[in-house]
Amino acid sequence: MDEALLDKLETLADAAKYDASCASSGAKRRTGGPDGIGSTTGAGICHAYTPDGRCVSLLKILLTNYCLFDCAYCINRRSSNVRRARFSVEEVVRLTLGFYKRNCIEGLFLSSGIIRSPDYTMEQLMLVARTLRRDHGFAGYIHLKTIPEASPWLIEQAGLWADRLSINLELSSDRSLKAFAPEKDGTSIKAVMGQVGERILEAKEEKRRFSPAGQSTQMIVGADASTDLSVLETSDTLYRRYGLRRVYYSAFSPIPEASSALPVKPPPLQRENRLYQADWLLRYYGFTVEEIAAGGEGGMLDLGIDPKLAWALKNRERFPVDVNSADREMLLRVPGLGARAVDRIVEARRHTTLRLEDVARLSSGLKRARAFLIAADHHPGGLTDRADLRQRLVAPPKQLSLF
Amino acid sequence: MHRIELKDGADLDGFRRALRGLVALGLEPGEVDWSGGAAPSLFGDAAPLPADAPPVSLPRAVGDLIGTVVCHRDPERYALLHRLVWRVVRGERDMLDHHADPLVHRLALLDKAVRRDLHKMHAFLRFNEVRDPANSESGGAERYVAWFEPDHFIVEATAPFFVERFESLVWTILTPVGSLHWDRRSLTIGPAAVKPEHLDRDDRFAEGWQRYYESTFNPARVNPTAMRAEMPRKYWANLPEAAAIPRMIRSAPARVQAMIEAEAAAPHRRNPDKAVAAMARQEPATLAELNRIILAADPLVPGARQAVLGEGPEGAAIAIVGEQPGDQEDVEGRPFVGPAGQLLTRALEEAGIERSTAYLTNAVKHFKFVARGKRRLHQSPTAGEVKHYRWWLMKELSFVRPRLVVTLGATAALALTGRSVPVLRERGPTGFGDWGGFVTVHPSYLLRLPAGEGVEQAYRDFVSDLRWARGMVESAG
Repeated sequence: MDEALLDKLETLADAAKYDASCASSGAKRRTGGPDGIGSTTGAGICHAYTPDGRCVSLLKILLTNYCLFDCAYCINRRSSNVRRARFSVEEVVRLTLGFYKRNCIEGLFLSSGIIRSPDYTMEQLMLVARTLRRDHGFAGYIHLKTIPEASPWLIEQAGLWADRLSINLELSSDRSLKAFAPEKDGTSIKAVMGQVGERILEAKEEKRRFSPAGQSTQMIVGADASTDLSVLETSDTLYRRYGLRRVYYSAFSPIPEASSALPVKPPPLQRENRLYQADWLLRYYGFTVEEIAAGGEGGMLDLGIDPKLAWALKNRERFPVDVNSADREMLLRVPGLGARAVDRIVEARRHTTLRLEDVARLSSGLKRARAFLIAADHHPGGLTDRADLRQRLVAPPKQLSLF
Repeated sequence: MHRIELKDGADLDGFRRALRGLVALGLEPGEVDWSGGAAPSLFGDAAPLPADAPPVSLPRAVGDLIGTVVCHRDPERYALLHRLVWRVVRGERDMLDHHADPLVHRLALLDKAVRRDLHKMHAFLRFNEVRDPANSESGGAERYVAWFEPDHFIVEATAPFFVERFESLVWTILTPVGSLHWDRRSLTIGPAAVKPEHLDRDDRFAEGWQRYYESTFNPARVNPTAMRAEMPRKYWANLPEAAAIPRMIRSAPARVQAMIEAEAAAPHRRNPDKAVAAMARQEPATLAELNRIILAADPLVPGARQAVLGEGPEGAAIAIVGEQPGDQEDVEGRPFVGPAGQLLTRALEEAGIERSTAYLTNAVKHFKFVARGKRRLHQSPTAGEVKHYRWWLMKELSFVRPRLVVTLGATAALALTGRSVPVLRERGPTGFGDWGGFVTVHPSYLLRLPAGEGVEQAYRDFVSDLRWARGMVESAG
């Protein structure tokens, strides 16, 4: 690896880091065997963490950060003065294999600025994946960013080689997209999500390989005026209508060479965190968008407490619930109890009547849960309805960021 | 009191053997001392355990738990497992579902710690490439060495992961509690090792990784607590990239402040209007361009040797769409040259259509088959595959601009209409969007009919369909 390639790596990693997704999960178990290289384990592995607390699982780079688009929130928009570089297909392949053999990564997450045309760009991305798989027997994880404006056949070719395809919606409303990303079109993004979703289902039924780990997307939070309610409504639609595996939320972060069209201020990390928690409630805890939003005010989530506690505090008439008899759905709504803890409670109580110390062994969130739970030797009494319950449960709010 | 002595580290076999003996003798956990240590004789003052005790039948989950927990450093691990097994064999078969039971809880914590340790070793171990020309074993090929310090006795337990992932490489993993060596064929488990010096001295990729790690960090999101929760300090010594962490954290606030204070820079004066406008014209503009794309693309189902393109003049009055290339078409790279194709050519002639004046193509461009010995048996494309190729077919027809599209068989009719068409019931004239259409059978259907009078009639019907289609074109022209 020569100095010029190292420089490019720096530029094109820097240009790719605003994409929050880094998951390497969901692929079927597979190995490269004696002639290939690599394996996927299903769950994915984080090979390092950077001081921002984010996991480094895939080599996340752009093929190039030259771009014809002019999206205000993006560091690589054509009107930005950022330093530009471009990898060849072979260079990306070499870097991926080199880092993979040193056990630094699970695979590749490749995206790109739009050069020449969306089709040309998508084809280059597809060629990287194809070369890795076909010429090097690479069995590691490949996540390709899909260029929504590319022709359908190219997206389908990409799906033959990738484990996951993703298309970033970036902004939750069509109005914001029009204002900040003039070359993008919300309708065509969703059309491609629809196409990819349909193909994934078809391929599964017909036992063909097509993006087996599904598709995901990202929305930027805090760049435009969208409320949490509208962001979550969009997510809910994406999960239900397009069968997305994951929606990522990315707090809009100040970038070098920022556009004057958007706020330059520290990223709203706490808001991003609450959106992830709400997203989990949507997918695994049986909450609806309306219920989650009702826990906050004016379509925004309560930044001081997590959305499940916020909902519980506003619906205290449903508590306390008996840990020994309540159904799973209601236990999932108890603040402090996670889905795994609930499953273990349901299993354990078949054998014994649970006391508070038993629950303590099953869940690490008992401190918050005890005000909402009845156990064999415990009743919260008036605690559930105390006016200062919120204060008792929450340590004084602390901003996640350091400044 | 029975004193049992096991090997250092994770002695799964020794533990299993001892367990069988103890269960056979019906010894309670309270009567057994698992602490090992400097006992002169293997079993202290008690009678030796039977060497040929029968295996103990345990639920699978218990067996799995034993496998991980023996790797733990906790000196009490064997005693705790013995207590678990004691209760299981005495009737509590679903013991592990009692998540609130103090013993189960304690074992679950040990199990979790070992699993985490395994996971962190899979994650944080770094190989360095060593070039060792004197080493003949690897034939001068790439060789990789890693040093790692696990918390528990997990070195053997991690071997399957690394063998599976790096089966084609020669590598060595060194740790203070044992080592592994893989030569692309077999695994050697070796003794404890000491940390080698200057492992990454000659490895440019190690430097590349360092620079990647720093570049992928976003200073505006600095959150060292979250990082340390997943990557505690104890791992940093063996992670080359971790050397930069303190500096990255220290400089982050200033970097962000600079970004916030910087006035939005004047945008690049270059506004590539022409390039932006050209971007919209990316679709193939000619049939030849489209064909180049089709040739370069991979089959949806692997196997075919090549894509088989349509054949015939652009502007042909009749386009004939079949299903997909067969074995012979795949070999020759031309449509309708196999047995069904020859039958079609004959039928066209009898119907008064010169084959070379028509445009012949297939709904699906690649041959799909199952291999039976040397034979490649045709397999029909699925609806999803037809849809995948449809975009190309429609584009192709839009360049050819036929006056009439004749579909042969159900697949072609599906491709043109997007719905499944009962061909025998709907055969005859129809419309396919902008084009006039005609539905008929595929010649391979005629070839599959059982011999007899029906065959001749079916062939005559097919020819008369084609004649009818010719008539439609001529009357329209």
